[in-house]
Amino acid sequence: MAGAAVLGRLTWLVADVVALVPETPRVKTIEFDVPGWPGHRAGQHVDVRLTAEDGYQAQRSYSIASAPDETRIELTVERLEDGEVSPYLTDELRPGDRIELRGPVGGYFVWEPSQDGPVLLVGGGSGVVPLMAMLRHRAATGSDTDMRLLFSSRGWEDVIYREELERLSGGGPQVVHTLTRSQPPGWTGYGRRIDAEMLAEVGPSAAERPNVYVCGPTPFVEAVAQALVGLGHEPGRVKTERFGPTGG
Amino acid sequence: MSEPIIARGFRGRRRDDDRRDRIPPGQYATDDFPVLSAGPTPHTPLDVWDFTIVGEVDEPRRWTWEEFRALPSEEVTVDIHCVTKWSKLDTVWEGVSVDTLLDGVETAAEHVVQFCDGGYTTNVPLEDVTGGKAWVAFGYGGEPLEPEHGGPARMLVPHLYFWKSAKWVRGLHLSVTDEPGFWEVNGYHNYGDPWREQRYWGD
Amino acid sequence: MDRLMLDGNAVAGVLEEVFTVEMTTAIGTCGGCGATEPVGAIHVFKGAGFVLRCPHCDTALVTIVKDDARVWIGFPGMRRLLVDTSR
Repeated sequence: MAGAAVLGRLTWLVADVVALVPETPRVKTIEFDVPGWPGHRAGQHVDVRLTAEDGYQAQRSYSIASAPDETRIELTVERLEDGEVSPYLTDELRPGDRIELRGPVGGYFVWEPSQDGPVLLVGGGSGVVPLMAMLRHRAATGSDTDMRLLFSSRGWEDVIYREELERLSGGGPQVVHTLTRSQPPGWTGYGRRIDAEMLAEVGPSAAERPNVYVCGPTPFVEAVAQALVGLGHEPGRVKTERFGPTGG
Repeated sequence: MSEPIIARGFRGRRRDDDRRDRIPPGQYATDDFPVLSAGPTPHTPLDVWDFTIVGEVDEPRRWTWEEFRALPSEEVTVDIHCVTKWSKLDTVWEGVSVDTLLDGVETAAEHVVQFCDGGYTTNVPLEDVTGGKAWVAFGYGGEPLEPEHGGPARMLVPHLYFWKSAKWVRGLHLSVTDEPGFWEVNGYHNYGDPWREQRYWGD
Repeated sequence: MDRLMLDGNAVAGVLEEVFTVEMTTAIGTCGGCGATEPVGAIHVFKGAGFVLRCPHCDTALVTIVKDDARVWIGFPGMRRLLVDTSR
């Protein structure tokens, strides 16, 4: 298995900030060098820990955006309006800074090329991040898995990874966007929230028994998962990862 | 265990506060009101809602929503302290004093369990909810209490950590014996005094 | 449905910290309704501590309370947990 995990307790690793890349007005990708990184699987996440000078700590989880095949770890972070950690990561961090993270964690929301069957990825906003790791991993391994992404964003300027998704879709995976709040002039694509009809049009049928991965804010995941089950997809084959504010 | 790496320039959402004497040890002041919940938000219709006093009492008491809202109520301004380290100063509530609800109740009980929609419970000594120390609150910040924050009504016991102020409260069970509630059974302190930093069981 | 509800992926790190193996694929059996689900699919609420609830019947399965050096894990409603220790 690539990057055999170190047995024993998860430990906090130091992550060196290498670069920051804006994706959209509110979203940034941060590239890290993490000495001792044990390798990861597409879909896993890390816990990030920030410690202030007086010892105050805050911790959040972020999905790993980079594929297991890459040498650096990338996190794609959406700056939340009243966030405590995300504004620091997107606005304060500079190359050369160091933060702590532990991982990779998560074995449930993971895709590997060895899995059988077509794949349907359904992402809402920053929920696309772990799905992007899967798309990138598919490309890097030369897999010919039937993989489709149905991606919901508010508007065209909010579409994370827009150009890369266009490039990737040339190599096999089908990428379908829906823009829920505003569409650019001449837009002929979907312009509404994801519903059963859209899922039936875009995704493999339930009979094809696809592996489905749904990620995004909780209301999004609930609505999509319900619609998928209503279309006949086996609940056990619909994997979900809910993003949300972590409160106090 | 090695020392954590300091994140340059990270402060978090703490606000500087010169009212330090009002902030218990280990707490930070916040202007936010984070929504914390042990379970899904219940939505009991007001025509079904009631509040009861049961257990070790001469006679159980019950109020419908209309009856409850007809009781004398008061506005109180208190500081609240969550065991997750957040303190919010000068929060304004409207509620019925527990003294009003227990007025005339005969009991040998020394303990109370707050019980709620959704099954949450928390225990407090009877003397900690009487003598002007606790309310059943239906208003926050001049508005009806929102479901996310415990509406239509929640307990308000500000001198203890806020998990001792149950959201979606439906009544009080009086008892001669102490019955640890949901969080007390699962790791938090039986009493929960923020000024003695009684966060965890056995501390 | 609560917009703040998350799922077992949100507590993957703390569970792995304690159990030292991957836990989101562990299969829990609900003591309330008997349903089985991977921990990654279990509903998670953040109150004073974490509460893991059965997605079918809302029974509180597991509670997690932690400070810097200790974790209290309660199993108020989890009948059993099947963990793959081979990875």
